[in-house]
Amino acid sequence: MTDPRQSQAKSGISFTVNGEPREVRAYPMERLLDVLRHQLELTGAKEGCGEGECGSCAVLMDGALVNSCLVPVLQAEGASIVTIEGLAAGEQLHGLQEAFLECGGAQCGICTPGMILAACHLLNGKSDPTLEEIREGLSGNLCRCTGYSQILEAVQEAAQRRKSA
Amino acid sequence: MNSDHIIGKSVPRKEGRDKVTGKSEYVDDMVLPNMLFGATVRSQIPRGHIRKITFGPGVAWDEFVIVSAKDIPGKNCIALIGDDQPCLATDVVNHPEEPILLLAHPDRYLLPKAVQAVSIEYHPLPGVFSIEESERRTEIVWGKDNIFKTYMIEKGDVHGIWAKADYIVEGEYSTGAQEQLYIENNGMIAAFDAAQGITVWGSLQCPYYIHKALMALCNLPAEKVRVVQMETGGAFGGKEEYPSMIAAHAALLAIKAGRPVKIIYDRLEDMAATTKRHPSRTRHRTAVSRDGKILGGEIDFTIDGGAYLTLSPVVLSRGAIHAGGPYYWPSVRIRAQAVATNAPPHGAFRGFGAPQSLFAMERHMDHIAHTVGLSPIEIRRRNFLQPGQATTTEQVVREPIDLGKLLDRALQVSEYHSKKQRFSGENQSGDVRKGMGIAAFLHGAGFTGSGERYLNSVVGVEGCADGNVRVLVSSTEFGQGTKTVLSQIAAEALGLPYENVSTAQPDTLEVPNSGPTVASRTVMVVGKLVQSAALGIAQTLIASGQLHEGYSPDEFRTACQQHVATHGQFRCWSRYEAPSGIFWDDEKYRGEAYAAFAWAVYIAEVTVDLTTYSVSVDDFVALQEVGKVLHPVLARGQIIGGVAQGIGFSLYEKVIWQNGRMQNGQMTNYIMPTSSDLPPIRVFFEELGNVHGAYGAKGIGELPMDGPAPAIVNAVEDALGVRFDSVPLLPEDIMDGLNKSGLAASSPQNNASSVGGDR
Repeated sequence: MTDPRQSQAKSGISFTVNGEPREVRAYPMERLLDVLRHQLELTGAKEGCGEGECGSCAVLMDGALVNSCLVPVLQAEGASIVTIEGLAAGEQLHGLQEAFLECGGAQCGICTPGMILAACHLLNGKSDPTLEEIREGLSGNLCRCTGYSQILEAVQEAAQRRKSA
Repeated sequence: MNSDHIIGKSVPRKEGRDKVTGKSEYVDDMVLPNMLFGATVRSQIPRGHIRKITFGPGVAWDEFVIVSAKDIPGKNCIALIGDDQPCLATDVVNHPEEPILLLAHPDRYLLPKAVQAVSIEYHPLPGVFSIEESERRTEIVWGKDNIFKTYMIEKGDVHGIWAKADYIVEGEYSTGAQEQLYIENNGMIAAFDAAQGITVWGSLQCPYYIHKALMALCNLPAEKVRVVQMETGGAFGGKEEYPSMIAAHAALLAIKAGRPVKIIYDRLEDMAATTKRHPSRTRHRTAVSRDGKILGGEIDFTIDGGAYLTLSPVVLSRGAIHAGGPYYWPSVRIRAQAVATNAPPHGAFRGFGAPQSLFAMERHMDHIAHTVGLSPIEIRRRNFLQPGQATTTEQVVREPIDLGKLLDRALQVSEYHSKKQRFSGENQSGDVRKGMGIAAFLHGAGFTGSGERYLNSVVGVEGCADGNVRVLVSSTEFGQGTKTVLSQIAAEALGLPYENVSTAQPDTLEVPNSGPTVASRTVMVVGKLVQSAALGIAQTLIASGQLHEGYSPDEFRTACQQHVATHGQFRCWSRYEAPSGIFWDDEKYRGEAYAAFAWAVYIAEVTVDLTTYSVSVDDFVALQEVGKVLHPVLARGQIIGGVAQGIGFSLYEKVIWQNGRMQNGQMTNYIMPTSSDLPPIRVFFEELGNVHGAYGAKGIGELPMDGPAPAIVNAVEDALGVRFDSVPLLPEDIMDGLNKSGLAASSPQNNASSVGGDR
């Protein structure tokens, strides 16, 4: 873990997180992941590898799927960020969360927040993806438990339900 | 009673909602007031004497808490099977990741630099880095002879069979180390207070392993050591024994600092320092009759245990017992040994020795088939264990398992014959070759032999003040669905709705020792105890007159509430009792090795690209007999996930070693399968039931790890007509194999070869 304080001083950074405006004081090169987890206490994003390979720290930033371990918080200035904590509407789970529960898409749960956000990003861009497109769309998120099948099924199920809703 | 069965239904995962909303609390999500962060200073060399430790310039050392072996209040070891592994090295280091010092500081960013600033001078000693080097004994790195453990399994008269053999088939097979690669790295938090003792919270499989290790290390009585499992982000065996080391380190720092300490490994440290699957070498020499019947044989099974004993004897035992596969051996001699090298200790990983020895057995079956001139199907069919026959340890198969029927169904659902026929045509030309491979195997559930008797597990079920029921076990959830299935079992036993039953978070203050969460034992062994403890709750209420037979859930709730109001805490316990008629001889390694075996036939379809030499698995059929499926979604998830790890073990995951140190400890260069790499994994269950398991269940967690490697390598041989006997099988290995056999890519028309025919 490199020390982000080497060069510059802390500065104020404003962004929107899960619909709420937030302001933090952070070193510009601090990882967005650390700011979310340590300052905002949003611990749903997880660190799996710290180098952008596993996707368990994935969040949506202005609609794009990013690995928050690779994003200096400076870059998030003015951005709108969605984390796993912002997906459900109160007690009402997001369709993907429900489908993951029913289809067995979550086992140990550690990749689940990033995986669900990756799926969310995929369905935002394509409401009715093919199985191949889902495989491709989630291939930046590693899961060691499920072998992915039940995750793919959950995404298909959520897409179906959204279409027929 | 509630007439709706809960067993066999895919009820919602107990902790599922928290997992999909990001609310689950893993150890790195937990923060305690005044908490420090801890880091480990490790050996830089594989073997040698520590001469001098210097704390270099540029670090404010007085701000750091520094722990060395002399700060250990009790015994400097990680107590497990043996006490040979120190918690912190003092004079000698035996592998290149051996912990020597511990540092803690309130600012986590200052730790890496401080670790770097500690310089250690050594007097290096020569190291041993392979099974062969260890066997040569030029250097003795452990004990008197570098051997951790040996076993000998003997059945019948092997000596006499060679003269009767029409064929003697020999082969040598090897498997590499494999990283468990749970996505949550290892981590622990410890806090100490003189009155309460030490408490650790962490990512772990076996709370009572850590409890035992901390008692010895901290010289504390049982009641002053508390271990709490946090939500655990995958384990697969990788959090069976090493968490005791990390808990020990966090505890020592917390005791010295007088403040809580959190140690979270990053990926590189986790990959390099913690355990992996044991590398193995298996040699087969088999006497076979003209009609393809195994007459007998010798199997030499060797695993590389790394620098300390840890769990190697038990891994070796399971590997040795599974080495003969699901076949009838009239006579056999299995010699097994675990040897020492100067690598970090290898340890538990799903399958626990069986994937290694079964890879060898199932590759060897294909070689026997080719030698005799039978198909891979027919050679297996002629040698399958039948009910009434005995395994290599003389365990008689008592259940009506029909492996031939399993094989038939797997062939049918995989469309084996029509695909074989199609491929034999298509493989005549073009840039790819296709093949089909079979693996038949078995996996024993629960601890081996007398293991369950020694474990002596205890389970509790509590009737709570609100009338709900709580299962009390140290069995941990780390993805498999432990809390869900154990709650299902208790609900079914009590005739209550699933929602009325929960399973407590493992905390050694609260839960009894139901044994480690390993060996595919949780549902079968612990589940059976939960069933009987739950029945104890109902019987107590009925015997006290507070409840009548045929009660409704509401009546149960009222009775339970009354009972607690009148008598206080209401708990029933159930302790493991060995089933009668089970005999195991630890000396001769003979008898009932496992209370139940699950049986399976897996079939892989592969394509080998003759330009890139890459292998893709196009279809995978996983058919197994697992007793009873208690939760279809979870059971299927276990099988698919295990097959995916098996595909990684076969084709992708290679640990690159240099002098005992892993060189590719990152997800960028240690490659596990992504969603784009895997085929449809098609799961089929057969259910015969099992008298020893809860509601007929057998263990299934480890089973799916055993079959993929041999099925896939058999399929690659089928595609190319070239023999490969090691995993992982990477493109460069395939290129080498084709070059050596003279079947290089320049003449693809020669590559096609339908091995062994197809009947």
